[in-house]
Amino acid sequence: MHSTTRILVGIAGAVLFIALFVPIWQIQLTAPQYPEGLELFIHSDKLSGDVQIINGLNHYIGMKELHKDDFIEFTVLPYIIVALGLIGLLAAAVNRKGLFFFWVIFFALFGIVTIIRFYLWLYDYGHNLDPAAPIQVPGMSYQPPMIGYKQLLNFGAYSIPATGGWAMIGAAVLAAITFIKEVKFKKKKI
Amino acid sequence: MDRNLKKIAIAVLGLAFFAGCKPKTASDAVSGNAAQKVYVAPGEHDEFYSFTSGGFSGQVSVYGIPSGRLLKVLPVFSQDPETGYGYGEDTKPMLNTSHGFVPWGDQHHLAVSQTNGEYDGRWLFANENNTPRVARLDLTTFTTAEILEIPNSAGNHSSPFVTDNTEYVVAGTRFSVPFEDENTDIPISSYAENFSGAITFIKVDSESGRMAIDFQLKTPPVNYDLSRTGKGVSSGWFFFSTYNTEKAHTLLEVNASQRDKDFILAVNWKKAAELIKQGKGRKVKAKYAHNVYDHNAHSATSTILDEVNVLDILDLEGVAYYIPCPKSPHGADVDPTGEYIVGSGKLASLIPVFSFSKMMKAIEEKKFDGDYDGIPVLNYETVLHGEVEKPGLGPLHTEFDANGNAYTSFFVSSEVVKWNVKSLQVIDRQPTYYSTGHLTVAGGNTKKPYGKYLVAWNKITKDRYLPTGPELAQSAQLFDISGDKMELLLDFPTIGEPHYAQIVPASLIVDKQKRIYDINANTHKYVVKNEDDTRVVRNGNRVDVYMTTIRTHIAPDNIEGIRMGDEVYFHITNLEQDWDLPHGFAVMGNNNSELLILPGETRTLKWIPTKVGIIPMYCTDFCSALHQEMQGYIRVSPAGSNTPLRYGTGDKAPKAE
Repeated sequence: MHSTTRILVGIAGAVLFIALFVPIWQIQLTAPQYPEGLELFIHSDKLSGDVQIINGLNHYIGMKELHKDDFIEFTVLPYIIVALGLIGLLAAAVNRKGLFFFWVIFFALFGIVTIIRFYLWLYDYGHNLDPAAPIQVPGMSYQPPMIGYKQLLNFGAYSIPATGGWAMIGAAVLAAITFIKEVKFKKKKI
Repeated sequence: MDRNLKKIAIAVLGLAFFAGCKPKTASDAVSGNAAQKVYVAPGEHDEFYSFTSGGFSGQVSVYGIPSGRLLKVLPVFSQDPETGYGYGEDTKPMLNTSHGFVPWGDQHHLAVSQTNGEYDGRWLFANENNTPRVARLDLTTFTTAEILEIPNSAGNHSSPFVTDNTEYVVAGTRFSVPFEDENTDIPISSYAENFSGAITFIKVDSESGRMAIDFQLKTPPVNYDLSRTGKGVSSGWFFFSTYNTEKAHTLLEVNASQRDKDFILAVNWKKAAELIKQGKGRKVKAKYAHNVYDHNAHSATSTILDEVNVLDILDLEGVAYYIPCPKSPHGADVDPTGEYIVGSGKLASLIPVFSFSKMMKAIEEKKFDGDYDGIPVLNYETVLHGEVEKPGLGPLHTEFDANGNAYTSFFVSSEVVKWNVKSLQVIDRQPTYYSTGHLTVAGGNTKKPYGKYLVAWNKITKDRYLPTGPELAQSAQLFDISGDKMELLLDFPTIGEPHYAQIVPASLIVDKQKRIYDINANTHKYVVKNEDDTRVVRNGNRVDVYMTTIRTHIAPDNIEGIRMGDEVYFHITNLEQDWDLPHGFAVMGNNNSELLILPGETRTLKWIPTKVGIIPMYCTDFCSALHQEMQGYIRVSPAGSNTPLRYGTGDKAPKAE
């Protein structure tokens, strides 16, 4: 492996650990009744922010309550992140191309699966509503945006990565760059 | 003919001249950009809070300055059916006294707690004049935290004034009365022999703010009107204005206005406190209530205490001196340096300004003009810094800015007069509409006044607003005092009667605001933290309903098995933990108020059913989109009936039998 690759992969592996300690994603909500805004933070192992208040409000439209224990992700995710970080560091340290490619593929799969899971999760909460809910707007669903802004009744929902998410995106970018670089090297050598 | 015409023309011109001399009206007094100066755009905040006494309303009102917008009325000494204060079981003890439950008070003066002679924005002290009491309000919640009754006192007018580090709050009595431990069933005409004045020093705990009477000074029988703490050079002293040194007990308007001079009583409170520490006080039997509200238990307790420590002023040396002051002084105000003491004689034609250093020198040299009832009387000329000549009619109160100026209110001539404390020269005078009592400069009673604004608190409004029948509002008038001339900006009506007020920078208070009460910290005796624990418990004819509210239902909202003759107690916990989400609670026909329950709070409301039948109950505070659905029913059966006690909400509501 190229020495630059090794350094970048090492950095990517180390940066991934940040996602263990700070929130990965955030959903910012505003409404006329909440000029001060409400926040929901998604960590690797929990939810934080105004969870209780958001749950209280969601009962009007029949949305399920958000509870940490309902998500297997919050148990598994920290281990996956640790594993990804360690393999990255190891690949950089032992200078084994096989391990590096394994890391890149593992990371890519993880990314795809996470994005799909997150989407399904948002879809489920936005669509799977209690039929006895007090407020029912025909044809209305409440799926928050995965990224970006969406108006949901009186609430504006703004969904963006948080610090941990940016760290993971950074690591993914490094993984992509190093992968392309290494593939090119390979071609040259042949 | 011509001559006659001339005469008529001259006469008409003369009339026109007199018409032109008619005094200017109120609208002339406002300059062009006044509106701009008081305009606080929607969504913007005022720069200052004005905590304004409610007078005979018994409450304290909070205005934003400079906009004059009423922000809130805080229940203190009067029952408040709007919130349930003094009606609910857990706040009733706040209004307990040695006379039993008193539902009303007369609230005159306010004092924000101070550190180093400046506002610290922690607590607000409020007096009650009629049944002597002092309250402490917590400025993180804007609620009454404590009320302490003052024994041996009547008409707690010279109160509450704080020392420069809030060591003490004082309470001087307006009426002298016999002390409680003496023979009190005596002829009123024995006033001079048997009545006494009392000045109470309330110690304030520097951490919790808790009040306790440290000692009372027993004095000759005069009326104490107002007081101020010394500051800077005069720190450690207190100055009390007195009137009725004639010792009249009837027709005071004449009989208490005979002497050319009454007194300002100067008290070395540090020395008095020292004597108390040395055990020089005498324990005296006296009954008084001490009511404390606990913000975790969301309940008040009332304790009747039975003893105070008394120092007889006649036995003390070097503690108390009389400064002669013309005539029936109302305000006794101390300038920011602490050197000058301004006496405002209600009936005097000048304002005397006394010098603290001259007073100390006279005391040192023992230059006294004899004594009054055993208290040394200082020589007027010796301690006088000077007099403000012809300031106006009926001076009442004086406040100060940071530039060495004083502002005095005049009731009779209805004006505010600005004058220089050192030179005693009048700088400006502006009319007020009408008859100003107190006035307040932002920080005007501290070592470092903020200046900028002055508010005159007026007793008479007559033609100032749209008429509202015989009873008219009283008013506040806001002046810009940042320039040489005072500039009238705004006037606005007030609740009750505004006496004194404290104008405090919002920055001292805003950051300390509580948004909700943490439900995990709730230790109310009847708290329910989970809807599953709501229940109805019968014990003889007492029924306890453990209830919760959350958007948008009451639990339980169906209750059966209540019988005539029952005493029902609703213990309601608001489970919300979100800002600005109180729920209200009311029961049809309840001979009681409603309750307003803040997020995380528990409150108890008593209800004695009056009719057999179905009684609705509901949330009274428009809490959310489904507020109109937040309701329930109670079934009241005849006395002795065997309707089973059943209750619940939704699936758990009692089903058909």
